[in-house]
Amino acid sequence: MTIELGHFALILAFCLTLSQAFFGLAGAAWRRPHWIALTKNAVIGQFVLTAFAFGTLMYAFYRNDFSVLYVAQNSNSELPTIYRLAATWGAHEGSLLLWLLVQAAWTLAVASFSRSIPEVVTSRVLGVLGLISAGFALFILTTSSPFARLWPAAIDGRDLNPLLQDPGLIIHPPMQYTGYIGLSVPFAFAIAAMLEGKLDSVWARWVRPWTNVAWVFLTCGITLGSWWAYYELGWGGWWFWDAVENASFMPWLVATALIHSLAVTEKRGLFKSWTLLLSITAFSLSVLGTFLVRSGVVESVHAFASDPKRGLFILTFLALCSGSALGLYAWRAPLFRTNTGFAPVSRESFLLVNNVLLVGATILILLGTLYPMFLDALDLGRISVGPPYFNIAFLIPMLPLVLLLAPGMHAGWKRASYGRTGVLLLVLLIVAIIAAVTLDFAAYGWHSIMTTVGFALAIWVGLAALVDPISRLRKGHSLSAGIIGMSVAHFGLALFVLGVTTTESYRQETDLSLRPGQSAELAGFQFTMTRLGDVKGPNFDAIESEIRVTREGREVAVLHPQKRTYRVQKNPMTEAGIDSRWTRHLLVSMGAPLGDGAWSLRLQYKPMVQFIWLGAFTMAFGGLIAAFDRRYRSRVTADAAVAATTRAKTAAKTA
Amino acid sequence: MVRYLIPVALLAALLAFFFVGLDRDKETLPSPLIGKPAPQFTLPRVGDPAKTVSSSEFAGHPYVLNVWATWCVGCRQEHEALLQIASRGEVPIVGLNWKDEMPLAEQWLQQLGNPYVATAFDQEGRVAIDWGVYGAPETFLINAQGTIIHKHVAPMTLEIWEKEFAPLLDQTAGRK
Repeated sequence: MTIELGHFALILAFCLTLSQAFFGLAGAAWRRPHWIALTKNAVIGQFVLTAFAFGTLMYAFYRNDFSVLYVAQNSNSELPTIYRLAATWGAHEGSLLLWLLVQAAWTLAVASFSRSIPEVVTSRVLGVLGLISAGFALFILTTSSPFARLWPAAIDGRDLNPLLQDPGLIIHPPMQYTGYIGLSVPFAFAIAAMLEGKLDSVWARWVRPWTNVAWVFLTCGITLGSWWAYYELGWGGWWFWDAVENASFMPWLVATALIHSLAVTEKRGLFKSWTLLLSITAFSLSVLGTFLVRSGVVESVHAFASDPKRGLFILTFLALCSGSALGLYAWRAPLFRTNTGFAPVSRESFLLVNNVLLVGATILILLGTLYPMFLDALDLGRISVGPPYFNIAFLIPMLPLVLLLAPGMHAGWKRASYGRTGVLLLVLLIVAIIAAVTLDFAAYGWHSIMTTVGFALAIWVGLAALVDPISRLRKGHSLSAGIIGMSVAHFGLALFVLGVTTTESYRQETDLSLRPGQSAELAGFQFTMTRLGDVKGPNFDAIESEIRVTREGREVAVLHPQKRTYRVQKNPMTEAGIDSRWTRHLLVSMGAPLGDGAWSLRLQYKPMVQFIWLGAFTMAFGGLIAAFDRRYRSRVTADAAVAATTRAKTAAKTA
Repeated sequence: MVRYLIPVALLAALLAFFFVGLDRDKETLPSPLIGKPAPQFTLPRVGDPAKTVSSSEFAGHPYVLNVWATWCVGCRQEHEALLQIASRGEVPIVGLNWKDEMPLAEQWLQQLGNPYVATAFDQEGRVAIDWGVYGAPETFLINAQGTIIHKHVAPMTLEIWEKEFAPLLDQTAGRK
């Protein structure tokens, strides 16, 4: 019975999203305070009902109710409880319901934390968010309902995909979705601004914290996904340029560009239409990502059960949502033209270059991801684009981006005059180059010029990120959250570059065959297989080997890699054994039995690999700090807001 | 201003491509193995594990290799069609039992009938990897020279057999 109540609640939630959209948009258009007030009630109701619907599904998983088709397909009575609960979002239908729940939560957050924003603006934003929620609710109700019954009920379930039975699954998808959907908030703000025909620094100040928080979640989601792939797929890669990874990375790049472009719009009132375009694109790419994953137009290891009917729905949704937004843009963007100038060397021009490079990288990735589909659609044959293209295509815009970061961070608005900071930056650059060359020769041995460049850039950016906070503290100036956040995020980027450069230049790996008693050597470590035996897990059987790692006779670690076979789905899974230290990882993963008790093994040495994820999390932390800058919370006085608008309008007229 | 229309035009072009892409049939993705020699295998025989089934037994004549498992719903669907094709005696069908349990496989063949001249037991799926199998059921057609000439992913039906397999089989038999 409960599952039917959940279904009913979802239908009601859908009706509320429609009224939220109507009263939000119409209330703002005709200035009806009662309608605007109703919108917030609809938001609360929609959240409660969606949460209830989600709760009933989760409860069905908890109770092992195999009369629910979705539960029977994705769970099993032997599955540990925590994975049974997480299995709620383990496949297409449930993950969409999670998507809708997260959308409702963001909407609720916008409704609750917008006291400093005029009611009319909030109302429009909530109205647009209501339309988006309505689209997704309709998608679930018409093509992807998780509430269908299975009659007669299954005796036991088909189990959760073993790849997903991991702590990573519990947090990675919700994080990722929170990031994806969070981008609908700047999108809605952009639509609201275009409808109103008003966009000023105050608007940018409203949007910036939301964009930051969405970006933080997206960063964490992608990082967790990368980390999960690293140890769960068992082959030690941290990024595969898979179509679905790309689908999550493209909105991230555009959101990063948006964060920087919003800074210009806030401080200088420039880049307005560009900021609007980025807001629309970031969310459109999130929806596009969903389409790619769930429609089967591109081949991917992430393949959700794909279904052309679902693909068509998302495609229509994308056309309506992004099409109308871009149509509105074509109509309204000319209103926001400004012709305030800035010098060729200034913060503005550095941020412009930043934006061009980030968007360029996005386009290169989009082309690589969709190229096979273009060829196929034009009947030119079937191909796939692999990591070699992406590695190079991505590096081309990224190198200048990182190179320009240090001078860009310290450039002044309007016209940069570096003065003593310039001398300091040059000194830091020289220090960085010396340190990079030393690191190259002393710690790891010469590899290539690109490695030295990578090290030097990482060290330079890392040091340069600290200049501002330190000099301000020494002069006794106050340090705003915005500046701390920026420094932390850029420092995180430096850690990331350091991690990637070291891992990619100095990793070592070998595939070999070992049997108990035999040993092998890699990167100065001695790997000895001491034991091989069977292990029984809650829902899998495994063969586990014990690998003793020693260095110059001293024991470093004992690893237990496993080859698992999950009992229900029969999938073999590789659980790598990892010895993790600050400066390196040692990975051992089991391949296949070679007879006579011998196994093929892959041994890997990955220096500084942890810095990749540490750097990414540090970036996310920086973004979080910046989101809590005090100036976003203060209510802007009506006078100031009006003054800013009139200024913008006069500027638009003179343009 | 025309330049403000560029984004919406780009979106329209992209959507048009996606629309075409949706209709594309993913299952006809050509196997890279077509035109290549069939991978060799020697595996335990379902029904008599002491004996083996080896690809060399079938060399010199065209044969069909069908990948199946008792846990696979599509395999149950296609079973009737396989029985009918086998009863015509045009070409031997070799079974490759994939990631399965021996007793279950034996029981299946006893209960539903056995279309196979022999079934190889590939519990770990290593031979299936050589053959580029990514899901059951899959059916391959191998000619007398030991070259894979066709592959079908998804359940076999008599219609598909007549349309795709039978002409190729006639062709290769005629050439011989």
